[in-house]
Amino acid sequence: MMTQIVFYVFATVLVLSAGMVVSARNPVHSVLFLILAFFNAAGLFLVAGAEFLAMILVIVYVGAVAVLFLFVVMMLDVRFAQMREGLQRYAPFGAAVGLVLLAELALAFSHWQVAADIASVPHVVAAPGRTNTAALGDVLYTHYVFLFEACGLVLLVAMIGAIVLTLRERPMGRRQNIDRQHERTAADTLAMMTVPLGQGVAANGGFRRPEQSYYIASVPGSYGVTAEPVPQGKPAGAAPADGAPESGHGADNHGGLAQ
Amino acid sequence: MAHFFLHTMIGQVILTVLEALAVLVPLLLGVAYLTLAERKVMAAMQLRKGPNVNGPFGVLQAFADAIKMITKETVIPSGANRFLFLFAPFLTFSLAMTAWAVIPTNDGWAIANINVGVLYLLAISSLGVYGVLIAGWASNSKYAFLGGLRAAAQMVSYEVSIGLVIVSVLLAVGSLNLNDIVLAQRHVWFCLPMFPMFIIFFISALAETNRAPFDLPEGESELVAGFFVEYSALAFGLFFLGEYANMFLMSGMVSILFLGGWLPPIGIAPFTWIPGPLWLIAKILFCLFVFIWVRATFPRYRYDQLMRLGWKVFLPLSLVWMVLTAGFLLATGLLPQGGAS
Repeated sequence: MMTQIVFYVFATVLVLSAGMVVSARNPVHSVLFLILAFFNAAGLFLVAGAEFLAMILVIVYVGAVAVLFLFVVMMLDVRFAQMREGLQRYAPFGAAVGLVLLAELALAFSHWQVAADIASVPHVVAAPGRTNTAALGDVLYTHYVFLFEACGLVLLVAMIGAIVLTLRERPMGRRQNIDRQHERTAADTLAMMTVPLGQGVAANGGFRRPEQSYYIASVPGSYGVTAEPVPQGKPAGAAPADGAPESGHGADNHGGLAQ
Repeated sequence: MAHFFLHTMIGQVILTVLEALAVLVPLLLGVAYLTLAERKVMAAMQLRKGPNVNGPFGVLQAFADAIKMITKETVIPSGANRFLFLFAPFLTFSLAMTAWAVIPTNDGWAIANINVGVLYLLAISSLGVYGVLIAGWASNSKYAFLGGLRAAAQMVSYEVSIGLVIVSVLLAVGSLNLNDIVLAQRHVWFCLPMFPMFIIFFISALAETNRAPFDLPEGESELVAGFFVEYSALAFGLFFLGEYANMFLMSGMVSILFLGGWLPPIGIAPFTWIPGPLWLIAKILFCLFVFIWVRATFPRYRYDQLMRLGWKVFLPLSLVWMVLTAGFLLATGLLPQGGAS
């Protein structure tokens, strides 16, 4: 009795929120309804006694996948007027796709046959006293371990594909090389100098880091290494590495001190 | 009497409500005093006095703050999504409360002693990100939105290493039940054999609760107050309570997974006189003190450093440790045969 009530509550909310996912105007609301639908599906799993699946559904789909959905959808700049403009043109095409899918589904289901003695067909049965977590482990890691490994490999390929598609070198990007950062010592970046009274530091080359410790933009991996020797005595350029050096110390970075 | 509570439907409902209150009332009081303790401890570390006006040693400060929070005006920004704007703080707060249903405070003392307790905790703590994300989006403000996005990326990243650390612990326990996890530490707490994982878990817990030094989602120097910049009055108060209740929850998880839950450090006479719940509370308070200590000590991380730490340091480390644990247990024949309860 109680179980049935709970089942119908979860099922009703699940179907309704699934409907709202499709019909909500605001895509963010759609994703939030999708999350509600996931939740109720987890509730249905709980009613069926599959507590492990319920928790995994919440952790994987609600906790990770839907967060990324929401992440992307929130950053979309959706203009409703623009969406309506395209509606006239794409409506027949969309309807055709929908019809084809519906016809295929109808065909498939009209020929669907359920074996009469489905309950007696042998399948993996959990030993009595096993929790369903342990029973799932038996099935996945003992009986079907090679299929499971194959699934893992497929996912690995998908992951590598995603990385290959999105990873690109930006030649102008300034990335921090953590190892080089850790290798830095005070001697690389600091020079102690005695400054005569009333003359400032301009004569000593100004407050500037040694030339070697600068990035050179657009030369990948060049941090800490000057790609080509900076010519002596030239006027200061735009890039900080092109400053006029004087015994290893260039002009002030911000141009505050006169040359 | 016992028959009424255990065998009639109304009795069971009343019993469950009473059990929930027995956990939630001390928790909320604890949250109220944690805000005070944080200010006092940080003040002591910085040679200040902290709140000392309301009541002796400022003990009434928490209630003064609560009254102030309740009586202020709730401002809803124009252009904000009203429902989601008000829904987000309630979500954050109620999730932080819901998770406590499975925390065992003594042998078998949990509101729900379920078989998949650890997964339940992981699921609930992974939902916490929605409160932040929805608040950031519904506020219709750029600062809040950026704060929400940062929080989402940060929490999702650190959940991965938390999950793997928990897997290492579960390998050694052989059960997902929190009660079994504590009982498995009768001889030695997991913080000793799994010391690196203990540290990783604690640091990830800091990141998961958006606490310093990982409080970038609310970094005031760049995002004003991050995702709750538009919130005021009770809605803000709920976020505040939710954050502190999450600190309690994470400290509870650290205590149960690594510090032996309600178990005394040594099972001999003077230690066993102290009842289990007090041990658990003492361990939770110790973890909370470290939370505050860290906040008073370390400067805030930069965002790329935060992501690097999560994905390039913690993830490989916890993955390697998981494989090592499994290999060690298998080689020494200590691997527990699962499904004990």
